[in-house]
Amino acid sequence: MASIQFVDVSKTFDKQAVIRDLNLTIEDGKFTVLVGPSGCGKTTLLRMIAGIGPHTSGRVLIDGKDVSRIPPGQRGVAMVFQNYAIYPTMSVRENIEFGLKNNKVPKAERKRLIESICETVGLAEYLDRKPSDLSGGQRQRVALARAMVKKPSVFLMDEPLSNLDAKLRVQMRIELIELHKKLGTTFVYVTHDQVEAMSMADTIVLMNKGEIQQEAAPEAIYHQPNNLFTAQFIGVPPMNIGELGTEGARFGFRPEHAVLSRQLPPESALHYQTRGTIITREMLGSETIYQIRSGSDSFMVKSAEDLYRVDEEVFLGVDASKLHFFGGDERRLESSDPRAAGYLELLRRRP
Amino acid sequence: MNTLDSSYFNWLKSAVGIAFKIVILAVFIFPFLWMISTSLQTFRETLAFPPTWIPAVPQWGNFAEAMRAGPFLTYAKNSLIITVSIIVIQFAVMIPAAYAFAKYRFALKNVLFGLVLLAFMIPGQITFIPVYLMMADMDLIHTLWPQIIPFMSNAFGIFLLRQYFMQIPEEIIEAARLDNAGEWKLVRKIMIPMAKPALATIALFSFVSHWNEYFWPLVMTNSASIRPLTLGISMLRETEGISNWHIIMAGNVVLVIPILIVYLFCSKQIVKAFVYSGIK
Repeated sequence: MASIQFVDVSKTFDKQAVIRDLNLTIEDGKFTVLVGPSGCGKTTLLRMIAGIGPHTSGRVLIDGKDVSRIPPGQRGVAMVFQNYAIYPTMSVRENIEFGLKNNKVPKAERKRLIESICETVGLAEYLDRKPSDLSGGQRQRVALARAMVKKPSVFLMDEPLSNLDAKLRVQMRIELIELHKKLGTTFVYVTHDQVEAMSMADTIVLMNKGEIQQEAAPEAIYHQPNNLFTAQFIGVPPMNIGELGTEGARFGFRPEHAVLSRQLPPESALHYQTRGTIITREMLGSETIYQIRSGSDSFMVKSAEDLYRVDEEVFLGVDASKLHFFGGDERRLESSDPRAAGYLELLRRRP
Repeated sequence: MNTLDSSYFNWLKSAVGIAFKIVILAVFIFPFLWMISTSLQTFRETLAFPPTWIPAVPQWGNFAEAMRAGPFLTYAKNSLIITVSIIVIQFAVMIPAAYAFAKYRFALKNVLFGLVLLAFMIPGQITFIPVYLMMADMDLIHTLWPQIIPFMSNAFGIFLLRQYFMQIPEEIIEAARLDNAGEWKLVRKIMIPMAKPALATIALFSFVSHWNEYFWPLVMTNSASIRPLTLGISMLRETEGISNWHIIMAGNVVLVIPILIVYLFCSKQIVKAFVYSGIK
């Protein structure tokens, strides 16, 4: 088990700075997910921890120890790659054994470890097969077993589920959560899929353009996004954003917090009200997602009931407590912020 | 009607394909059969017209006679030492070079690789005289070294192996590094096994070209004790007389057999080398 610290870390590729003076602490034993759009630097951070893509300046500490000069194989970390990166010429057993052999683990001990790991991940019958004879899910398990068998203090995963089909992905997600619970090791998981991040993380680190946008638990990041980027990255569909028309400020609300009705609700019921037309309707089974055009704005609304049809005129209302405001600097205003009250009033008076 | 038509057409297509393959095969295999047949004939049979295909009594003694015509054991030993040494040294030079060119970043990498390709493009004939003079200066003319040293590096091999190494995903190498494998182990346990088809191809090409080397040893040698088998066989013409084809062909069969053996071992890998398929 180990905590990881980045201290003033920078990384440049071909003279282009990808990450500048980044500071981050990843807590011991937590499932931390680095999430963000592609090119945001999340994989770069992961590779720094592993030591296969060293930082240009700053320090990376594992358990308080600067690992900058320690080679990848001796950092006590294991990594699962997006394309699994299992050795194609070796059998499943040899794949799992390779790291142990290099670490001079005695033969009897190796045999015991491999058998117990394969029992855990369900590979026992496939030990003597070559990777080319395995399915995608099985290869994924080989990659996991290879990482687990070394008993690392940090698990690194680089989009390990992105090559699996949707059903298997959901299943593996649950297995990974269970695995983390069982091992209690530090997990650092990289993904661009915010659903994966929300469902698995203890802590989400949301990144964009090499900078950390927000570092918080999934609930916090969803309900109290730091800024406009976070609000629009997390959630499917993301938060609805509209212009306030003053000081570059904007307001926003989650799709599930809007209430639709055919009649205009009484004045006091909902704080923000507008009239619009349904442009699209996506019936997803347990819920329906409507896209509603209101003047120049377009809002997504998630509704548990499937009551409306395309081209229908509806009224959309949002409760005052569900509204978020963002200042001209794109940061979210706390409800205690004096500007928030003014914006709230402004929104109510809007026709 | 349509299905009948198309199945007939398919049958015709494959029949034409097979016929074509047989013709090509015959063209390539004919000289070999002719050589083997002649090597088992008597002197009279070799001159007969129409030509004899299957000798009345196979003359196995031709082989013994060919071998007695000169110090053939020495020739064969020389050929073997030269060819095996060349291949071993080439592999020792080529694998690290190709790995570095494929996977490392270092200053002047492209310039250095350009130099390797340049070596690949220089015709061997140009180097005969300077190399001979160099070897003479070093007093190596009476040894096997002049037939080995100039071929210690194989530019074509470095090129082919580099291409092959480049196809191996970076992640596999990174995974091995995370598995605490040193560079040497990484090359030995990951890169070499994955590049086996390419290595087999290079080994075969190298073996054939150096086993069959004729002109270079002709220039570089001046005594029977250091001559390879190719020169020995060609000298049969002088010792046995120009028309003793059955003896000359027996010598040639002996010369060709090792190549066939090596090919049998490599053929499967060679096909793989040209249809590389990684793991998705």
